[in-house]
Amino acid sequence: MVLGGKSQQLLSKIATNDKHGENSPYFDGWKAYDRNPFHPTNNPQGVIQMGLAENQLCFDLIEEWIRNNPKASICTPEGLHQFRNIANFQDYHGLQEFRNAMANFMSKVRGGRVRFDPERILMSGGATGANELIMFCLADPGDAFMIPTPFYPGFVRDLCWRTGMQLIPVHSDSSNNFKITREALEAAYKKAKEDNINVKGLIITNPSNPLGTTLDKDTLKSLVSFTNEKNIHLVCDEIYAATVFSSPNYVSVAEVIQEVEHCKRELIHVIYSLSKDMGFPGFRVGIVYSFNDEVVNCGRKMSSFGLVSSQTQHMLASMLSDENFVTRFLKENSRRLEKRHDKFMKGLEEVNITRFPSNAGLFCWMNLKSLLKEPTFEDELKLWRVIIHEVKLNVSPGSSFNCSEPGWFRVCFANMDDETVDIALNRIRAFVGRETKKPLGMKRWQPNLSLSFSSRMFDETAVMSPHSPIPTSPLVRAT
Amino acid sequence: MGFEIEQPCVELSKVAVSETHGEDSPYFAGWKAYDENPYDELTNSSGVIQMGLAENQVSFDLLEKYLEENSEASTWGKGAPGFRENALFQDYHGLKTFRTAMASFMEQIRGGRAKFFPDRVVLTAGATAANELLTFILANPGDALLVPTPYYPGFDRDLRWRTGVNIVPIHCDSSNNFQITPQALEAAYQAAEAKNTKVRAVLITNPSNPLGATIQRSVLENLLDFVTRKNIHLVSDEIYSGSVFSSSEFVSVAEILEARNYKNAERVHIVYSLSKDLGLPGFRVGTIYSYNDKVVTTARRMSSFTLISSQTQHLLASMLSDKKFTENYIETNRERLRKRYNMIIEGLKSVGIECLKGNAGLFCWMNMSPLLEKKTREGELELWNAIVHEVRLNISPGSSCHCSEPGWFRVCFANMSEETLEVALERIRSFMERIKKE
Repeated sequence: MVLGGKSQQLLSKIATNDKHGENSPYFDGWKAYDRNPFHPTNNPQGVIQMGLAENQLCFDLIEEWIRNNPKASICTPEGLHQFRNIANFQDYHGLQEFRNAMANFMSKVRGGRVRFDPERILMSGGATGANELIMFCLADPGDAFMIPTPFYPGFVRDLCWRTGMQLIPVHSDSSNNFKITREALEAAYKKAKEDNINVKGLIITNPSNPLGTTLDKDTLKSLVSFTNEKNIHLVCDEIYAATVFSSPNYVSVAEVIQEVEHCKRELIHVIYSLSKDMGFPGFRVGIVYSFNDEVVNCGRKMSSFGLVSSQTQHMLASMLSDENFVTRFLKENSRRLEKRHDKFMKGLEEVNITRFPSNAGLFCWMNLKSLLKEPTFEDELKLWRVIIHEVKLNVSPGSSFNCSEPGWFRVCFANMDDETVDIALNRIRAFVGRETKKPLGMKRWQPNLSLSFSSRMFDETAVMSPHSPIPTSPLVRAT
Repeated sequence: MGFEIEQPCVELSKVAVSETHGEDSPYFAGWKAYDENPYDELTNSSGVIQMGLAENQVSFDLLEKYLEENSEASTWGKGAPGFRENALFQDYHGLKTFRTAMASFMEQIRGGRAKFFPDRVVLTAGATAANELLTFILANPGDALLVPTPYYPGFDRDLRWRTGVNIVPIHCDSSNNFQITPQALEAAYQAAEAKNTKVRAVLITNPSNPLGATIQRSVLENLLDFVTRKNIHLVSDEIYSGSVFSSSEFVSVAEILEARNYKNAERVHIVYSLSKDLGLPGFRVGTIYSYNDKVVTTARRMSSFTLISSQTQHLLASMLSDKKFTENYIETNRERLRKRYNMIIEGLKSVGIECLKGNAGLFCWMNMSPLLEKKTREGELELWNAIVHEVRLNISPGSSCHCSEPGWFRVCFANMSEETLEVALERIRSFMERIKKE
């Protein structure tokens, strides 16, 4: 079969540009992991996956609930009578009970301090789909959204690829704890105007990926005022809302707008998902919650392109309306995250690795500046290659998050068991120990790798998904 | 501050305020009428019967029986041991077992006359997403797809709304049973060129919605030659391929490509879904099968915006890899649909209403042009109004499908019980008798 080849020019600009993001060096870590994945018994020297922000800490609770609630499935004897109704249901409003349960869950995650209206809940294909959908509603090709750095690398694809939108980074750095300042926002906005760029809004992630911190109420209020004043939209991706494990308490934008005088609610939109808080990335549950009626109406029609499977809606409607379960789950989820976070932090502290103090998220923002020869991104990537190939940990370099200062790395810790955390910490300790023993001035490490970061075509014969946990995840025990 | 300065409402995007989603069209009056007064056998026997929804409700019992007998395989098993892995699985390649099962199911539907490789199957949340996604890949904003009329009204939204791509119709009419002629193809292409619009692909639905008929082999051969000559793509939406009443009557473009040894195949892409054949629209299961490697890779990346729930992939992987089940299902489903089709055709014939000779799908294409006072779109809408409000049947007027000949209506027959279909036919009988008297 001779296929492909000469019809390359027959594809669209979107199909042939780079905005899908997979040609970035970011994917080299994945490749290293794919070729040599860690397994406690089969491959204890393999690369440990610490680049995947997954929450694997509470599956036992969920499995227990599923065992005890066979009616939530349309495939069990107890639930089969609902099969045809559910299978036939494709209404883009979504199952009423699903929307009610989601509204309720979102409220509980925010400590009941705000109520969500089920009629404003829109579905989409995961937060990936939700973020793209909201941009299709708010921005025309060529328009721009401001976005504080560092930010989730996937945003370039999600917000810009098919929408034709562009991102304007608003830089922050460690000198003021990566705070988003009014000055930085004003400066970015002014520059955009001078460059004749039409700024349609600001998008933030709160709690932050990759910082793992929540925004304080004053900062949030100032973001609302800023966007209100400029008459632009504010999109808040709250995908990590239930991963807050210690103080300060989480404050959602939904709470803040209740307190801002004369707030133009029609400019405020929330993105949510169950991929991180509950550990269900496979179920593709993305939510767009807008305070703007027109956006709700138009977004609902658009959700036809990425509805949540009615089978999944049905199951989650049942699970998330179980008040007792939800209360228990949220509490236990926080507790286990805190425990895991503390364990990991302690391990880092033992070798004097500092990290950005965090109270949320599935990762920590690690400071390895002291290990850089020069404070450059080139050295950051060199160090990263060493960490992947010698220390055998797939971590994510700050530059992939558009961080403005080199030396930061995001390290995920909730996608593995305790034993694997220990092994990872041991490897880090050994590596840092080796480095700090070397005499000052000597080049600290000799990268000896054939890996190159020059731009090249992504190897399509070994295509893998950037989100893939890969079947040989360290938590899968060979049976 | 003592006074409020009125701020101009900040604009939403052009896409958001456009009407290309199609829902403000007059055709929604039929839906409204149904919503306000839906038929129910027991509680509202004079309500509006829904005949505008192409759903397949005739074979649920087969699916339910499978689930009864295979509960463990379709869920996560007792104790949910497979839950964790399934819940975490978000790889855009999709579950290998599911892709393999889909490829095999598609082969079975075509009686083994075409081979489908699992690695070319890209998964999307429904055919709605698949068609939009392909359009994003094959065309730039302002470009055009050629689509034969009459066509599924949803295409106006799916192909055009967010993509900014245009549809240029290939006009077909009853003089030759609405088949696509070379002249019509060429005329459409020229029409696009005249407007300085670049044509990127021809998109067909085979079997056709709303015609309820398969496309002839010779027409498909001609289409393949046409797109090759013009150096454009061919998208074949085969969503109704499993609903052909007799297997031998369906020719898929896949078969023709195989016969040609896949020459020029890289311009061909097939869309499929389980919404019609299996009656599972809620599960959002669509696929793109492309013979073009770059399209497969790009489509797979783009599918990140619209993946199929891993829970659903797991259920269907189990069901569709059971060859005994699928063979029986395909055969029984075909048989039942054929029976329904005959029932409605006979019923209509007996009161003097002719339909296009159909052999597939969940609907028939009814010719009411003899009843039109004026053979115009307005005349058709007037008649339609009467049918919706007096006869109380929500059927779809041909103009909503961009049919160039007034007087045709699409009538769905697989989304109700046989009893309800009888009631609908009875109402049509009374209506025709009333008209004869007048």
